[in-house]
Amino acid sequence: MMDNITHTHDGPDPHAPRPDHDDTITHHRMLEIAVRELLIEKGILTADEIREAVERMDARGPHLGAKAVARAWIDPAFKARLLKDGTAACEEIGIQMDQATRLIVVENTPSEHNLVVCTLCSCYPRMVLGVPPDWYKSRAYRSRAVSEPRVVLAEFGTHLPDHVAVRVHDSTADMRYLVLPMRPAGTEDLDEEHLGALVTRDAMIGVTTL
Amino acid sequence: MTPRFAVGSPVTVRRGNPPGHIRTPYYIRGKSGVVERVCGEFRNPEELAYGRSGEPKQVLYRVRFPQKHVWPDYKGPETDTIDVELYEHWLEA
Repeated sequence: MMDNITHTHDGPDPHAPRPDHDDTITHHRMLEIAVRELLIEKGILTADEIREAVERMDARGPHLGAKAVARAWIDPAFKARLLKDGTAACEEIGIQMDQATRLIVVENTPSEHNLVVCTLCSCYPRMVLGVPPDWYKSRAYRSRAVSEPRVVLAEFGTHLPDHVAVRVHDSTADMRYLVLPMRPAGTEDLDEEHLGALVTRDAMIGVTTL
Repeated sequence: MTPRFAVGSPVTVRRGNPPGHIRTPYYIRGKSGVVERVCGEFRNPEELAYGRSGEPKQVLYRVRFPQKHVWPDYKGPETDTIDVELYEHWLEA
């Protein structure tokens, strides 16, 4: 039986241990621990409440935005409400929204393509898309998405003809943006759940189409 | 608070360069656009950033600018636009 084992730990280690990256107490890590421990010590929050809040934040993701998009594709009345007041329409389908900001949904059409960026920091519609991708927060994306959006779009594989106007939205203040992509051709027979599975995070940021 | 500008009004962004926390991007200062929508009243982030109340609230607008106007060497059609959220005290008629 031992003859069949080819994976041994004799000789040079084929998978040498990699260093941990979580053993450095940086300024911000220390600050987070200090504030968290003080909040618990003073009875303002419990450890359970903090854990629950983190779990709620971690549970948010592009599946929520995709649900709103798919519903809008099959229900014209919902789509009208979504475009009029994104926050209210998302609450209507059970998405818990952030009360400090308002969601604006911008619709892609055959003549208009929307692209979302936050040049000042990294404002992102976390309520419907979860945590932003690293590139969204990069200085390169934040500066180039406003000054040369068509070049950025091309780098994502999105080539738009000149008769399609590119509408960039800079989230500088209290609004958050979700792009409503165009429904792909040939999806007439799909139900809401299957349509939702087609909707990607990048299409809802506007760097790609479907 | 009655909004000073209506949808469709032409506006110009002030050229100011005050110190402190500002949410008006530098690239849009001095540029002219058209009010795309009135977003409502929000506490002023330039005050909130320093632990103050942010009152009185400011009317927030979304202003649409032609890209060719914002970036003189912009490569793309005339129809391309950029929308920026701006508080009323940054806008002039």
